[in-house]
Amino acid sequence: MLGKLTIDALPFYSWVAMGGAGVTVGGALLVMAVITYFGKWRYLWTEWLTSLDHKRIGIMYIVLALVMLVRGFVDAIMMRAQQAVALNSEGYLPPDHFDQIFSSHGTIMIFFMAMPFMTGLLNIAVPLQIGARDVAFPFLNSVSLWMTAGGAALVMISLVIGKFSTAGWTGYPPYSGIEYSPDVGVDYWICALLISGVGSTLAGINFVVTIIKRRAPGMTLMRMPLFTWTALISSLLMVFAFPALTVACALLGLDRFFGMHFFTNEDGGNLMNYINLFWIWGHPEVYILILPAFGIFSEVVSTLSAKRLYGYRSLVYATIAIGLLSFCVWLHHFFTMGSSANVNAVFGIATMVIAVPTGVKIFDWLLTLFRGRIRFHPSIYWTIGFIVTFVIGGMSGVLLAMPPVDYLFHNSTFLVAHFHNAIIPGVLFGYLAGFGLWFPKAMGFKLNERWGFRAFWCWLIGFYLAFMPLYVLGFHGMARRMETYNVAEWQPYLVVAALGAVVILCGVVCQVIQMTLSIRHWREERDLTGDPWVHGRSLEWMTSSPPPPYNFAVIPTVKSRDAFHEMKRHGTAYRRPARYEDIYMPKNSAVGPLLGGLAFLLGFAAVWHIWWLVAVSALAILATVVIRCFDDDPDYCITAAEVEAIENRRFEAMALADTEPEEAARHPAFAAQMLPARAT
Amino acid sequence: MMEAKTSHDGPSLGRYLTGFVLAAVLTVIPFGLVATGTLSRDTTLIVIAIAALLQVLVHLRYFLDLNLSTTPRENILAIAFAAVLIFIMVGGSLWIMLDLNDRMAI
Repeated sequence: MLGKLTIDALPFYSWVAMGGAGVTVGGALLVMAVITYFGKWRYLWTEWLTSLDHKRIGIMYIVLALVMLVRGFVDAIMMRAQQAVALNSEGYLPPDHFDQIFSSHGTIMIFFMAMPFMTGLLNIAVPLQIGARDVAFPFLNSVSLWMTAGGAALVMISLVIGKFSTAGWTGYPPYSGIEYSPDVGVDYWICALLISGVGSTLAGINFVVTIIKRRAPGMTLMRMPLFTWTALISSLLMVFAFPALTVACALLGLDRFFGMHFFTNEDGGNLMNYINLFWIWGHPEVYILILPAFGIFSEVVSTLSAKRLYGYRSLVYATIAIGLLSFCVWLHHFFTMGSSANVNAVFGIATMVIAVPTGVKIFDWLLTLFRGRIRFHPSIYWTIGFIVTFVIGGMSGVLLAMPPVDYLFHNSTFLVAHFHNAIIPGVLFGYLAGFGLWFPKAMGFKLNERWGFRAFWCWLIGFYLAFMPLYVLGFHGMARRMETYNVAEWQPYLVVAALGAVVILCGVVCQVIQMTLSIRHWREERDLTGDPWVHGRSLEWMTSSPPPPYNFAVIPTVKSRDAFHEMKRHGTAYRRPARYEDIYMPKNSAVGPLLGGLAFLLGFAAVWHIWWLVAVSALAILATVVIRCFDDDPDYCITAAEVEAIENRRFEAMALADTEPEEAARHPAFAAQMLPARAT
Repeated sequence: MMEAKTSHDGPSLGRYLTGFVLAAVLTVIPFGLVATGTLSRDTTLIVIAIAALLQVLVHLRYFLDLNLSTTPRENILAIAFAAVLIFIMVGGSLWIMLDLNDRMAI
């Protein structure tokens, strides 16, 4: 009846594991209690969970990402604490538990922190930047979100019921095969990845179509804001790369569940091919994550230094070049597998070539900042911190691209330092910069800047403290993922690294305080104009903050790059149209959350071999999709009168902002601006 | 349903049937070769690969109704891009795995 699931699956094997389970269950119960206390279930369900509005889906993606960021960070600080004390001793974590922690840390940070954060930012910004009312497939968008959430829920529940994988975030066979990992950990990992992989692939398709088909009239490809460009390339990479991961995981699952032999040594299997397939996805994935961050940096430097983006064309071509090259380098993740010198050399050189377009971007950003009127907002801090730090990470990457060097550093903490040095400043700092930039757009008020600066400095200093020692330890020959060690010289470095993690913890605390203060004082930091940075250049700053459900009452016509900036210059940005028209928007749908829940159930049942439940949930998914297909009336109408009322309120709010002596009014480019008169 | 689509610019039933027959033939050949074992192992593999490639082209031409004259340029570009990526992924994988195989065989 319950397959392999018994009472032994509960985590009574160690106090730490029980603590983790307790925090997970307690946290979930606390959130539910708070929602019940405030009586917000109905509001949450009708306004958010079932929403097909891209802005709300984006916000939900980011909430998921931030929750998972905290979970992944707890894993990180536990590993650092373990290694700081584990000289000639067991430390405080049993080996099996330590292995689960580094596996879940990597899995969570890539799949359930970075991916949802990225998709969330895409959702919030891209349709607004291209002057669209929504993404091309709003319902699919909701399905993507809930598939990702279903996968994340599987990882979280593995803390409470059963164990997570101990095979690392890459899950290499033969160790991840059924022979060496007979428990459910790897199955949790496979199911979580397969389910969230569906979400990512669908999101990729959605954004490719949105950007190709839904641009405002006049917005040619070369007039698109740079973030939209990076979103397009990143979505293309998602569409083409994720199938490789799906195939690799599915085949590994077949090996494990049905005794097949794709990646075993028996019966003609070849485990090397798993590694090959995994990295065919894995390397483009790095660029799926970092290209949108590059787009964010481009928006941040031009918006916050009040300048046109330097070298727009070169940035576009660099983005395309990186996108294509990202598919040509995957072997550098397994140079040591033993390919011949020619194969290694080709992939090594291709890897080094990627540094060229990336370098072009760095110079473009610097030259955009050069002589700009920089507004020192936390987002600019994140950007400058990124430029300085990422160059170091990129350099160590070029070093690792040389196969002979890689043979020395493979699987050492040097590698760990390298990819954290690329991903933390590159991806995470980028997303946090974008979070600060677009927060007022999505929520209608600005984030507290003082605590933003504090968070930035903690993250930056903590980052250097945590990862520079790992470079040194790599030179000393320390392997990654060590649960215990007996080299006394390593310990000081590991203690410093643990201190770095504590400093980053302070950064996370600062961010929590920042969020709390910002929400508490939101009235004082309201963005009434919709253009909170005054020098907004792309169309998202044209509409109100937060935008109405339809984004733009009248779809803007684009005549140049930096369309909104040009409109402001010509005084045409805020003209009221002669009349408004009815707008049709997609109705809310409970099918998205339902599919996510069913997919979670399907994954959970498969993990525990509860076959009847697998069949039931699979059939339910099929039935739900079929029923949804027969819904011929998915839209609702916002009448012209309602649109006019919403727009009038917006112009009133703007007039209110105009009467206050804000920098908006003082700025010469803005003084000539036609602002609507205060409504009577 | 079918009548609505059989106007002269849309795909016709005849075209679908041609595609179906071609696809079936291209499926039967590899299965037949493997079942009967008439050709050597290496030749069989090559024939299967060619049949698979032709199969893809048949699907694109007869089922997805793709051709060089009437299909919009961006769709052709998308297919070309996909072809390049598939070439890199499949070609690269073959190169890597065969190279490894050679080195294991020494």
